[in-house]
Amino acid sequence: MALLEVENLEVSYGLIKAVKGVSFTVEKGEIVALIGANGAGKTTIMHAISGLIPKAGGKITYNGKDVTNLQAHKLVPLGISQVPEGRRIFQELTVAENLEMGAYTRKDKKEFDETLSYVYERFPILKERRKQVAGTLSGGEQQMLAMSRALMSHPDLVLLDEPSMGLSPLFVNTVFDMIKDMNALGKTILVVEQNANKALSIANRAYVLETGKITLSGTGTEMLADERVKAAYLG
Amino acid sequence: MEVITTFLNGLSLGGVYALIALGYTMVYGIAKMLNFAHGDVIMVGGYTVMVFFNLTGQPLVAALIAVVFCSLVGVVIEKLAYKPLRGASPLAVLITAIGVSYLLESLAQIIFGSSHKIVMLADLGKLILGSLVIDLNTVVTLLSAIAIMAALTLFVNKTKTGKAMLAVSEDRHAAELMGVSVNKIIMITFAIGSALAAVAGTFYILKTPDVSTTMGAMPGIKAFTAAVIGGIGSIPGAMLGGILLGVIETVCNAIPALSNFSIAIEFGLLIIILLVKPTGLLGKKKREKV
Ligand SMILES: Nc1ncnc2c1ncn2[C@@H]1O[C@H](COP(=O)(O)OP(=O)(O)O)[C@@H](O)[C@H]1O
Ligand SMILES: [Mg+2]
Repeated sequence: MALLEVENLEVSYGLIKAVKGVSFTVEKGEIVALIGANGAGKTTIMHAISGLIPKAGGKITYNGKDVTNLQAHKLVPLGISQVPEGRRIFQELTVAENLEMGAYTRKDKKEFDETLSYVYERFPILKERRKQVAGTLSGGEQQMLAMSRALMSHPDLVLLDEPSMGLSPLFVNTVFDMIKDMNALGKTILVVEQNANKALSIANRAYVLETGKITLSGTGTEMLADERVKAAYLG
Repeated sequence: MEVITTFLNGLSLGGVYALIALGYTMVYGIAKMLNFAHGDVIMVGGYTVMVFFNLTGQPLVAALIAVVFCSLVGVVIEKLAYKPLRGASPLAVLITAIGVSYLLESLAQIIFGSSHKIVMLADLGKLILGSLVIDLNTVVTLLSAIAIMAALTLFVNKTKTGKAMLAVSEDRHAAELMGVSVNKIIMITFAIGSALAAVAGTFYILKTPDVSTTMGAMPGIKAFTAAVIGGIGSIPGAMLGGILLGVIETVCNAIPALSNFSIAIEFGLLIIILLVKPTGLLGKKKREKV
């Protein structure tokens, strides 16, 4: 059974249909990439999975449970965590408070301390800046914080929406290293990227999305070699 | 000496404005709406204090009951009138809030009639230090307002729920992604804001022992002005704006040449501050979301 199963998902904004019957699966332990041009509907799919927007049709199953109509805040305790597009860290809260917010649904203090020390070890800059308001961090550091914050809820499935967007090459590498580390920690990953090259090189499987429809799918390696993918996304 | 007395009176009135302004600003920051009916919750608090003061003769007991009752009223209003409009146009929400305001005033009129009621809550006497005469009601009001604001500041900045309120106020969707129930946070915000309005209503009666269906209107508008001056959405801003407005109003009233113009001066100040700093004194510029 797949950890996440999206069947015939449809999402509309008013009269505009942004996602037109999309189906895909994410198996436990996988890294799955969703690639597509700007406006293809990637963020919409992510928000639909995490419960931020209502669906016009279709079904989403997580861990065998129908979560199609569950509100976002109820999905977090089930093990879904999203690193949203544009990072969306709380700029006016401190770095430490951002991490606390990540652990909002967790009760276990020991578990919290463990994850926190993992995060601070993985990104010493966050430890150093823990008392600063997060708005003072650089874009790359904010992305480190956003990814760390997502880990604080002890998720099984992490959704990452364009985590490398707008970052310097150095931080792009850090982001993809961190995705691999999260996966090694046992987290299942669904990552949306415009940086198709990087995403496909770490993905077990990938889907290509074009104007609200999935047009191609295959393993990361297959997709990297695919002429159509090369032409459209690997410039 | 009269200067000190006037200043204390101003601070005390400002404390009351600040308590009301906090309700406006927190609801605006967190639920992103102007709760036009907030001033009427002061009035509900006023009548509740009146009823239970007449029953028990205990001003403190009456105030506590008013605080609890107004929190409930705030929560019920939010649930019945505003929650169904989540995501609706701001104009629809504003008009609903105006409707709620009239509803509360009419209900009060049906229950208590339209005549003003005199409620002598307490006279704590005067403190005389040489030529300095200080009204103890004023001092108690000021100290209570300060204590409540300090407690609220601690609550918002140090507790998990308080931080979730800040998070929702900054980015509702991101907060939801952390597992925060935005509806619950909005409910808590209405409860706190309405409780503060009840406290303000009590202090208002302590100062002016007059309870009427429109008693919340003027303090409501003044406190809203204070919230905008301080920067709507900002908690320290509401406190600063409230205190500032209370002091300016009292000082103007104490100067014979200005006393007729105190309201004009207050709103003039609002206009000047908004011209110079459109986000208010402590308000932050809204960041564009990607
Ligand atoms: N809030 C919205 N209201 C109306 N249309 C939207 C909204 N968000 C996205 N869209 C539209 O839906 C389509 C998909 O957008 P999005 O999911 O953000 O794409 P992507 O993440 O792949 O760049 C685009 O055509 C976009 O203009
Ligand atoms: Mg997007």
